[in-house]
Amino acid sequence: MRNEVILRVAAKVLIPFILIFGLYVQFHGEVSPGGGFQAGVICAAAFILYGLVFGLETAQKVLPLGVARALAALGVLIYSGTGVVSLFLGAKFLDYDVLAHDPMHGQHYGIMSVEMGVLVTVFGVMVVIFYAFAGRETSR
Amino acid sequence: MEGFLDVALLAMLVITALGILRVRNLFGVVMLGGIYSFLSASLFMVMDAVDVAFTETAVGAGISTVLALATLALVGSEQSPKRHSSILPLIVVFITGAALIYGTLDMPRYGEADNPIHLHVAPEYIEGTREDIQIPNVVSAVLASYRGYDTMGETTVVFTAAVGVMILIGDLRRRKRKEEAE
Repeated sequence: MRNEVILRVAAKVLIPFILIFGLYVQFHGEVSPGGGFQAGVICAAAFILYGLVFGLETAQKVLPLGVARALAALGVLIYSGTGVVSLFLGAKFLDYDVLAHDPMHGQHYGIMSVEMGVLVTVFGVMVVIFYAFAGRETSR
Repeated sequence: MEGFLDVALLAMLVITALGILRVRNLFGVVMLGGIYSFLSASLFMVMDAVDVAFTETAVGAGISTVLALATLALVGSEQSPKRHSSILPLIVVFITGAALIYGTLDMPRYGEADNPIHLHVAPEYIEGTREDIQIPNVVSAVLASYRGYDTMGETTVVFTAAVGVMILIGDLRRRKRKEEAE
């Protein structure tokens, strides 16, 4: 699809807005619908659109397969790491009350941190799966 | 109004499902699948489950459709004609459906305030979100804080899915090596 001018221009216009919307869903998740999972999927959708329009090779130059794999694992690490941190601070696993002086702020930090983990994992996983499917196509 | 919406959406859901059964062109099936996903998302909206509707739209209609199209690019878009009779599957479907409907008979009425699900931990979560966590979206609080273990499990499941896909079809290096060896 690399020669379709309309697609290229439309994708270039749309991708920043999709990414911003994804980040909005992530960081606004505590007051409006959405959260890490949805934000990760939206950001991955923006990137997959890029890959569809500009080709798999260009996409893998922007985000190599190894990085996507690492992101998929990193998110789980962030999530469980938050639990381990609260464990070391003397509370139960994933008990965010101790992450700050005020339990309420601790809850906010904890929720933000685990949602970030979910975002990173979901984004990485979606991109990895897309690469796996699209890579087979070009290998034929 | 809500009842009318429910009936209309469910009717369109059934029509889409029948369409998926009838259409032989798999490209059309994938598109109908996307429509099915959007219709279910609208149903979730009617039930006020905004977060679920959001996820359904993004994953069901967005990513799944792209992946299904990528699969079609590999396997072709025509369904091979079926060779067996459909009587046995039909019987199985009817028995399963009857069992499911029988199962709904003693379920509590939808949306009643004194349903068991509203009396167990839900009041505590709603109160706690307002007082201890102080964020407006109770769903976020339940997912990330009260049910943090479950969400961690879900994240791990998502990660496991990627590992499965990588093992099955994603290992480009090994395939390249195999081709070179041949």
